[in-house]
Amino acid sequence: MSKIENENIEVELLLETIFQKYGYDFRYYSRASIKRRIKHRLALTKLNTISEMLGQVLYDVKFFETLLLDFSVNVTEMFRDPFFFKILRKEVIPVLRTYPFLKIWHAGCATGEEVYSLAIILKEEGLYDKTQIYATDFNEVILHKAKQGIIPLDQIKQYTLNYQKAGGKESFANYYTAKYDSALIDQSLKKGIVFSDHNLATDGVFGEMNLILCRNVMIYFQKELQNRAIGLFKDSMCNLGFLCLGTKESLMFSEYENDFEPVVKKAKIFRRIK
Amino acid sequence: MEKLDYEVIVIGVSTGGMKALGEIIPELPLDFPSPIAIVQHLHPCSDDFLVTDLNERSKLTVKQADEKEKLKQGFVYFAPSNYHLLIENDKTFSLSVNDLVNFARPAIDVLFETAAEAFKEKTLGIVLTGANHDGSQGAKKIKEYGGLVIVQDPESAEADIMPRAAIEAAKVDFVLDLDKIVDFLLKKI
Ligand SMILES: C[S@@+](CC[C@H](N)C(=O)[O-])C[C@H]1O[C@@H](n2cnc3c(N)ncnc32)[C@H](O)[C@@H]1O
Repeated sequence: MSKIENENIEVELLLETIFQKYGYDFRYYSRASIKRRIKHRLALTKLNTISEMLGQVLYDVKFFETLLLDFSVNVTEMFRDPFFFKILRKEVIPVLRTYPFLKIWHAGCATGEEVYSLAIILKEEGLYDKTQIYATDFNEVILHKAKQGIIPLDQIKQYTLNYQKAGGKESFANYYTAKYDSALIDQSLKKGIVFSDHNLATDGVFGEMNLILCRNVMIYFQKELQNRAIGLFKDSMCNLGFLCLGTKESLMFSEYENDFEPVVKKAKIFRRIK
Repeated sequence: MEKLDYEVIVIGVSTGGMKALGEIIPELPLDFPSPIAIVQHLHPCSDDFLVTDLNERSKLTVKQADEKEKLKQGFVYFAPSNYHLLIENDKTFSLSVNDLVNFARPAIDVLFETAAEAFKEKTLGIVLTGANHDGSQGAKKIKEYGGLVIVQDPESAEADIMPRAAIEAAKVDFVLDLDKIVDFLLKKI
């Protein structure tokens, strides 16, 4: 099977090139998915091999940027996994209420849907005005979109449903204004949010957070990189801070497993205990 | 059981899948040699009824695949709803929430193609009943890398589009009824 082996070598070299040239480190991302995306991009170009792509990546920044977009999977939703948000409201909000001031970090926020979802909950629970939210991603194009807070109109129905299932207390329509073919997130939801660039593979700790959400980002990481990220979260939160992961993610393989305890296992909500 | 020539069995199934799988998986013995990974198209918010039900009826352990889990003998793994299921070169699973492929997540093509990459000629792919075209590109890839592909006979499948699409796209090895597929897995034919 020399073709597969050649491709695996080429993928390795491509990721190394991207790291050395542009500083983005995909070397410890799960390979199967990265390789699929590389080959998908390859099929859309006139290039024949991944080796040829390597040259293009080195000499053509625009091409690299396209590949970067391919690599960062930005699929997201408002109130994705409604039960998670419901449990967050029930179990975590009452604890957060006891603090005078709140700091929250959304790592890998993509286009911001999740951030705005949490903002809505905080608002309905009367906590929004004492909260500072940091929303980060390593993809600047995406961050720019997140800041704008525009949602496609054809998603509204799904999001409204999610919002209701997540235990929303108002009418979801209160939180956006419809314009032509898209909806604009209400301005009042934006004022407590700072969007900024942060790479979980290469950047450092962030500050004393009470709550950190990093959902559906670490499934793309190999074990070592997952460890790095979880260590980063641990060091970026206050004692007894909350950590929320995606529905299919866990701390099971991490060396920090015992530094956290599950608050609600099924919802993947953990608390730092060490 | 005697060792099969395949280190992994990947199954893709859609419409009518629950019934079809119910006729195959419970028939396999506890020492069935190869791990099995399945993509069944489901509605995004369906729960794990299928998994629990099939587990109760089977000798093998049926479960949802976890990310980074190693593929092991004695287990039948399902892709969790709303996630693609992939196999890495080190024979572990990974999950992704990437865009839909063939309007589906999980997509059969994603599992089949990554299985073919990881296990090469040691891959056995099975395409069962379904009303879409998912799985046909994956079947092609399995053949390209030297594996074996079996397709459920469209004549006897509850929905024939998916088996037909696979037969059209790839040089499949066998077209069989469900009971013959079981016989093949048990090395009776
Ligand atoms: C699938 S989205 C998840 C969005 C949201 N958290 C959710 O669950 O709906 C994954 C996001 O992680 C970001 N990401 C991937 N690798 C990253 C890294 N090393 N550092 C920061 N963000 C990263 C991607 O750009 C993408 O926006």
